[in-house]
Parts: sequence; C-alpha cells; structure tokens
Amino acid sequence: MQSDALTSLTLAQARDNLRRKEFSATELVEAHLSAMDKARVLNAYVLETPDRARDMAREADARLRRGAARALEGLALGVKDMFATKDVRTTACSRILENFVPTYESAVTTKLWRDGAVMLGKLNNDEFAMGSSNESSYFGPAISPWRRRGSNTPLIPGGSSGGSAAAVAAGLCLGATGTDTGGSIRQPAAMTGTVGIKPTYGRCSRWGIVAFASSLDQAGPLARSVRDAAILLGSMAGHDPMDTTSVDVPVPNYEAAVGKSIKGRKIGIPKEYRVEGMAPEIERLWGQGMRWLEGAGAQAVEVSLPHTRHALPAYYIVAPAEASSNLARYDGVRYGLRASSSDITDMYESTRAQGFGKEVRRRIMIGTYVLSAGYYEAYYLRAQKVRTLVKRDFENVFANGVDAVLAPATPTAAFGVGEKSSDDPIEMYLNDVFTVTVNLAGLPAISVPAGLSEEGLPLGLQLIGRPFDEETLFSLAEVIEQAAGRFSPERWW
Amino acid sequence: MSVDAQTVRRIAHLARIAVAEEEIEPLQRELNAILAFVEQLSQVSVEGIEPMTSVIPMQMKKREDNVTEGDMADDIVKNAPATEDHFFLVPKVVE
Repeated sequence: MQSDALTSLTLAQARDNLRRKEFSATELVEAHLSAMDKARVLNAYVLETPDRARDMAREADARLRRGAARALEGLALGVKDMFATKDVRTTACSRILENFVPTYESAVTTKLWRDGAVMLGKLNNDEFAMGSSNESSYFGPAISPWRRRGSNTPLIPGGSSGGSAAAVAAGLCLGATGTDTGGSIRQPAAMTGTVGIKPTYGRCSRWGIVAFASSLDQAGPLARSVRDAAILLGSMAGHDPMDTTSVDVPVPNYEAAVGKSIKGRKIGIPKEYRVEGMAPEIERLWGQGMRWLEGAGAQAVEVSLPHTRHALPAYYIVAPAEASSNLARYDGVRYGLRASSSDITDMYESTRAQGFGKEVRRRIMIGTYVLSAGYYEAYYLRAQKVRTLVKRDFENVFANGVDAVLAPATPTAAFGVGEKSSDDPIEMYLNDVFTVTVNLAGLPAISVPAGLSEEGLPLGLQLIGRPFDEETLFSLAEVIEQAAGRFSPERWW
Repeated sequence: MSVDAQTVRRIAHLARIAVAEEEIEPLQRELNAILAFVEQLSQVSVEGIEPMTSVIPMQMKKREDNVTEGDMADDIVKNAPATEDHFFLVPKVVE
C-alpha cells in the first residue's frame, strides 16, 4: 500500500488491515513519520519520538505475527503535550516546563501503551491548555490543514487541543489524546472536521495530566471517525486509584454502540442555544442534524436550559480560580524554569513572570483575585452556585426522558491566525459558549463533523448525554456521520 | 467591581508574578474587561442554592494508610533546577 493510503485510513481500518497482515505496524509507523516530516509547517507536533515509535512498532509486529494482538496493537497515535510521558519531554507547551522530563507515565497513556498503541510524538496545545486557538503555545501556533476556499490565509485548528486536531485531520496520526476543560477537545474537533469526545467527569483518570482546572479537566480522544473515537475511549477510560475523582464503574464496549439503532430516542433541542447573532449556516446545520436523527427514528423535543447564558461567566471564575491554585506549584524550586536571584520572593516572581505566557499570567491573576479575601463569596462561591443551577437544568431535561441534547459545537468556523486580538480576552472566551456548560455539569459530549461552511470549512455538531452514557452519544453521532459524510482537507503542505 | 493599579500590583504579588510598571495599565484594562464580563452573575438568583463541591456525586474514597511508594529520591529531584544530596536548593530565606 502507498504511504498516503496508509495515513488516510481510519484507525479501525488500520487495525483490521494489520490483523489481516496487509501491511506491518512498522510500515504504518514509517508512513506516519514520513507524513509528519512533510507537514512541519503545521507545527502540530512539538516533539517527535521516531525511535520510540519504531521500537513500539517492532514489538507490535512481533505480537501480530504470533497472533497475540492487543486492542490497539501497532496503531500510531499522537499525545497532547499535557500528558506526562516517561522519559519523554512534557511541557504543557509552556516555557516554565521547557525542559521537564517526567519520570512517570500518565494513567491514560499507560492504558494506550498497555493495549499496544504506538507513540509518534507530543502534540501542540495552548499553554497549559488555556486557549481556544492554540495561539498561546510557547512553541507557536499549530496551523490547521484546512484553508478557506481560494485563500492562503493560515487558520487556527482550534484549541486547546489544536495540535491533536491538526494532526488527526492531516493524517499525521490515526488518533490522538486531548484534554477538555471548557471545550478543548470538542471545539478543535469541530473546526478540523474530526470527531472528539469529552467523556463524563471521572471516566478517565487525570493522574499524570498537567492540571489546569481539576474539577473540569477530562481526557478524551480525537479521531477521524466516530468508531475510532469509541475504540480509543474504550482503552483510555477506567478506574484509577491514583485519581480520587476517577469513578469505579465498568467500561462498556463503546465500539459496539456504533451502528446501534437510535429509534425512539428523544433528542432535546435547547432553545437557549439559539443565541443572538448566530451565523445562519450554523443554524441551518443544527436543523439539518436534527432531521438526520429524525430520519433514523429519533424524536425531537424542544427543551429549556435556562441558565445557559450564565455558564460562560461562571466558567471564567471557576477555571481561573482552580488554575491559580494548581499553577502555584511552578515555583522554580522542584522542577521547571528558575530565574536566578539571591532573594527567594524575587526568584519566585521572576521565574513565574518569565516562565508563564501572557494568557496564563492573566488567568492566574484573575483566579488569585476572585479567591482573595473579601471577594471569595461574591465571585467564586456565587459561581459554584450558578454551576449547581447549570447542572440542575440538564438534570431536569434528562428527568423528562430526553436521551441527549443536540447543539452546535462552535459559534463559527475556524478563524485566521492572529485574527482575534489577544488584548480583548473576552472575544476569545466567547468561542467556548456552547461547550463550557458541559464541563460545569460534568457531562459527556461528542463533537461530530456535520458539514462545511460557505467558505468550505468544517462545522461540527455537539451531542450532550447523561452521565456515563457515552454509548448513546456514539450511536447518535454515527447517524450524523453517516448522513453528513467525512471531511478531509485538500493537501497544500 | 473593578480593579485599580494598586490592586493589580497587590494581586500580582499575591500570585508571585513580577509585573513591570508599563504592564500595569494594560493588565488593569484586561482584568477589568474580564471582571465586567463575569459581573453578570450578580443578576442570577442563587438564594438557597448549594455551591457545587463535586460534579459527580460520589462517596469519598478511602484506602488503608500504607506506604505504597518510596525510595525514589533520585526521581524526585531529577527535574529540579538546583539540588545537593537529594535536597532542593533555594536562595537563603533565614538571616
């Protein structure tokens, strides 16, 4: 098989072909390493690990030969640089961790390697996953493989899992890990024509993931098909005693949910998501998505999630507050960058000023302020109460028999690199308007490509489910995928 | 609520982030933009609503109080900028 053909397979196709010995894991890895080599302009990888990839592929080939293939044997994946990888530099795309080499492996990646997957390298993201465009990365922005029709303007792949989304869309890996605190898997997936799922809070272990906002962070996969995302989540999910918020419930066979009938399923259409100034093409896509689901036997009901508009401001209190606390650990003493000074306070302050980028400094300061004496109740405590209300909205909808909620994933298609000014933080934050509610409520949600914008850019729809009912999301998302088809960028790199 | 230049300096110090004088004004503007945005929460009625403490209701996990790890001092200091004999070195803090 040609190298190009190997890198455009879905993960499920690659898996089945490897088992039929159509090609070897080594050939699959070489095809990807060569694709990565040609795609450096996308800046998707911040570290390539070809030696590790070849070693892992050799081991996979040995197992495939003796018929002892594990679930992900020989499948080449990229890892967001938020996951600690043993003996492989892990930076969170921050200068403060520029030379950090973990002596341990994250729980999620441990599971992937346990199942035979192969690591190609570490993927770009917004610094500490704080961003919606991948532009806050210390290593520079990842570039989307997509372009507007008839234009050369470089576009953002979304964020914070921008490197993951760009790499999956461009065929630089068969699938990738992401993390999602306010939309960081679903928004880049939507903007690159890929599938991304944020599972229920507690479904995947957070152990070994660089902490941003611990009550919101969840790991999940990005992939080129719904089935691929289901296969990857099946490996990534599961209880871990090292994460006290990891939930001890069995991991179902997610792949078996792909292709299941959705007849009689009740789909909620939240009227509050019909925000003012919504692009007509997004609104059309949303209606189309519902008709596809109805065509497969689902039933649409209008629902109300009255606290939706308060979710974004609540998020921008809770997330920075937790971040300011989590990022206190970067003090120039135990690991990471250290500025030289003979005075310890000055050392702390200079280290953190030099080590953190602009957006990270801004969020730490907002978090510090809202937690400071005299403001805690007005901001943080109030935001946590609003969070209870946001979650209750969903509980009421699900209590009325709704199986999943359908909404757009993003308010617009991808925008150009540098198009949104970094001086107005709110402009960037508004990207997360459809995704943050889900993190505040701890629910699972999947983003699935559903069409192209007038400019030829991918647009995604989001399905939000009951806690631990990722299976329904996979079944529903596959119906949309079947109807909409898959979307791949034309290669220009 | 909005912050003045003095408050920006105080927050920066609390957060242990050095801020140059010329950064104060733009930071103040950006922080105030964010605070103005989150201000809309003051309109939400939260009377009698419990603040969320755990997004997925679950019993706090307990485990036996056993030593499960140890003897990894080399690993622990491996990424430290300055160490000596398994100790972290910092600038002098006691006169």
